[in-house]
Amino acid sequence: MKDAFGIPQSLLILGGTSEIGLATARRLIARRTRTVWLAGRPSPALDTAADRLRTLGAEVRTVPFDALDPGSHAEVLGKVFTEGDIDMVLLAFGILGDQAHDEADPPAAVRVAQTNYTGAVSAGLVCAGALQIQGHGSLVVLSSVAGERARRTDFIYGSSKAGLDAFAQGLGDAMLGTGVQVMIVRPGFVRSPRTAGRPETPLATTPEAVAAAIELGLRRRSETVWVPGALRPVMSALRHLPRPVFRRLPV
Amino acid sequence: MTKNGVQGDTVTLMPADTGTAADAVRDPYDPHDPYDPYVSLTGWGRTAPTTALLVRPRSYEETAEAVRGAGPRGSIARGLGRAYGDAAQNAGGSVLDMTALDRIHAIDADGGVVACDAGVSLHRLMEVLVPLGWFVPVTPGTRYVTVGGAIGGDIHGGNHQVSGSFARHVLSLELLTADGEIRTVLPGTPLFDATAGGLGLTGVVLSATVRLHPVATSLMTVDTERAGDLDDLLARLTAANPATGRPYRYAVARIDLLARGSALGRSVLMRAEHAPLEALEALPARARRRPLAFRPARLPATPAHLPSGLLGRAAVGLLNGVWYRGAPRRRTGELQRLSAFFHPLDGVPRWNRVYGRQGFVQYQFVVGDGQEEALRRIVERVARRGFPSFLAVLKRFGEADPGWLSFPAAGWALALDLPAGLTGAGSFLDELDEDVAAAGGRVNLAKDARLRPELLAAMYPKLAEFRALRAALDPGAVFTSDLSRRLDL
Ligand SMILES: Cc1cc2nc3c(=O)[nH]c(=O)nc-3n(C[C@H](O)[C@H](O)[C@H](O)COP(=O)(O)OP(=O)(O)OC[C@H]3O[C@@H](n4cnc5c(N)ncnc54)[C@H](O)[C@@H]3O)c2cc1C
Ligand SMILES: NC(=O)c1ccc[n+]([C@@H]2O[C@H](COP(=O)([O-])OP(=O)(O)OC[C@H]3O[C@@H](n4cnc5c(N)ncnc54)[C@H](OP(=O)(O)O)[C@@H]3O)[C@@H](O)[C@H]2O)c1
Repeated sequence: MKDAFGIPQSLLILGGTSEIGLATARRLIARRTRTVWLAGRPSPALDTAADRLRTLGAEVRTVPFDALDPGSHAEVLGKVFTEGDIDMVLLAFGILGDQAHDEADPPAAVRVAQTNYTGAVSAGLVCAGALQIQGHGSLVVLSSVAGERARRTDFIYGSSKAGLDAFAQGLGDAMLGTGVQVMIVRPGFVRSPRTAGRPETPLATTPEAVAAAIELGLRRRSETVWVPGALRPVMSALRHLPRPVFRRLPV
Repeated sequence: MTKNGVQGDTVTLMPADTGTAADAVRDPYDPHDPYDPYVSLTGWGRTAPTTALLVRPRSYEETAEAVRGAGPRGSIARGLGRAYGDAAQNAGGSVLDMTALDRIHAIDADGGVVACDAGVSLHRLMEVLVPLGWFVPVTPGTRYVTVGGAIGGDIHGGNHQVSGSFARHVLSLELLTADGEIRTVLPGTPLFDATAGGLGLTGVVLSATVRLHPVATSLMTVDTERAGDLDDLLARLTAANPATGRPYRYAVARIDLLARGSALGRSVLMRAEHAPLEALEALPARARRRPLAFRPARLPATPAHLPSGLLGRAAVGLLNGVWYRGAPRRRTGELQRLSAFFHPLDGVPRWNRVYGRQGFVQYQFVVGDGQEEALRRIVERVARRGFPSFLAVLKRFGEADPGWLSFPAAGWALALDLPAGLTGAGSFLDELDEDVAAAGGRVNLAKDARLRPELLAAMYPKLAEFRALRAALDPGAVFTSDLSRRLDL
């Protein structure tokens, strides 16, 4: 169960090797979390991630999960929930894709969409249903500012996040009164090995800062969290810029 | 009405059933269902809401039916929801609102015993009993708790030194257990000791027979004095009533946890006895006419939507100072109404909203006699940290009560409120837990919403017995609450 400050005792991360996901797990383990499930495509990296969290004192288990195989989600994730309550699910899987390449390779672009959007729709619905039966729990969805307004430089990724974000908003409304909180997290550029070498945008942040914002959002029972918080007013201004102006911005 | 003029009816343990439960099939996911029985529940602190099927049984049969029909996530009894944390919640399962079982079955107006349903509130008991010259044996800081909640949380009052906890005055109770049977449970049995303070986890208390305390008036004679620091306070809390040579029946101190340095622990100490008839002689004739009248006053409720942070550090510091200096240095024999002395907060319905939507945590711990240094360290820690705790109360407890999970133990009990939205409050309370556990103390589970489960066994040495009894009595864990899940009770 979550405590009075919204800190979960058990955590399921979908995308078990995600930098942001693991930074969040480390932070929550230091507070209360004892049981962690890392769901992801089996790999040495997944096992290493589990071992690292074990050294922090958590009981960690891994479970094979592939966002691109929605047919398996109900069974695979359902099994996790039969082993005990999950207080928080962190939907952390996602791929950036390679915009320049993917524009010329539609199947690759579709993979981005299928991972980030349809994969999340499937896994999100499965988890929300299980949380609803529990009568409590948080589904934390890692969206992105990129979904807020499509940009020339990453609109394939951005559109997939826009879909995910809209889906999560609606899901949150559907969950009102069920005891389930859906929290949308919209980070800006997060410095991590995955984004190394990519051009940083202003207001860049770190996985640890995202983790801290998630902890705060849990405590406040927020519906939306921007990281850093300054992105909220910035994006709300950008959203209303006329397109010709927006196109010329260096963001 | 004279004491003898009242005839109690005979104790009927099965109130007449007034119809069958409506079994209409409902779609739990229909947002337009006006009868949606799934509700979001929290404790009085308004933290960690969870959703459950709320059932309001009107008879013992309906209660038994609800328990037998509990789904895989079980069921838990709920009284008036005054437990601060998650003791009376059950996410995804059912919660039995016991307040419809509100019959007073019998009053022995000579011997001072009442038999009533578990859903009867202490407020109701006072309305009925005070005019007859009887008071509840133990009252918490609010009258709006049920008899079932008083047993489930084995509540204590400012008279713990003299009277012990509520369950010590329970002569017998009827318990609906997981098998759907109703058992009569008597003090001195393991099932009684597991149920007293057992947080509803042994079953549903349906009714209880409770011994009362005689009073001659509905007023209190109150001695108020300031204590300049912690040593002063502890000394005064140990001292006897100069008027009687015995300990005061009731003693509580409101402590200013923001005061530091030489003022550390400064408090206003309130000690009281039930006023004897003679004490009313000073009053005008009109006020003397009905010495046992019970007349609590109520103010309008706190508005539903208040910003969090209303009670920030500056505001609380100011209020604490004003209130400390406003208290008399020493005033004796003041006459106060029962409600004014015991339940000042009940005058403001829903005062818990003042902390905003993130709610608040009440932290209460006890450390034993001889652990005064540990108490001082904790008070210092709180003062140094400067968290705005507006309502902090120190009490002296007498001997520990028999309940396996009962909170009181001979020593010093401190309760403080913290807004849940405060950055760092969670880890701060974790640090206090370590101090408390190291001093052999414990925190009150009926108020808890955040304890680390690992500390529970150290704080409650009878935990293993409690778990074993539960495992035998309720192998399917029918009785389950958010608290029992969180602390793995
Ligand atoms: C302003 C305020 C002041 C307080 N002061 C004090 C104090 O001085 N001393 C003190 O000890 N406590 C104090 N409390 C706490 C309160 O007295 C206890 O939490 C009490 O248990 C609440 O009773 P309730 O009827 O509201 O029960 P709930 O809060 O609804 O339930 C409390 C527990 O009792 C169980 N329970 C309720 N009914 C039944 C039943 N019929 N059968 C079995 N189990 C049942 C529930 O499952 C739960 O575990 C205070 C609370 C407030 C809000
Ligand atoms: N980094 C940023 O700048 C940034 C900014 C805003 C939002 N976000 C979002 O935040 C989330 C986490 O980001 P991050 O930086 O932590 O990313 P990361 O470290 O690259 O992690 C991404 C995770 O997604 C998993 N994944 C990818 N495809 C999958 C599939 N088909 N099935 C299952 N898992 C799959 C990866 O698992 P494998 O190990 O199997 O590849 C990995 O665990 C992502 O949704 C991302 O879009 C990131």
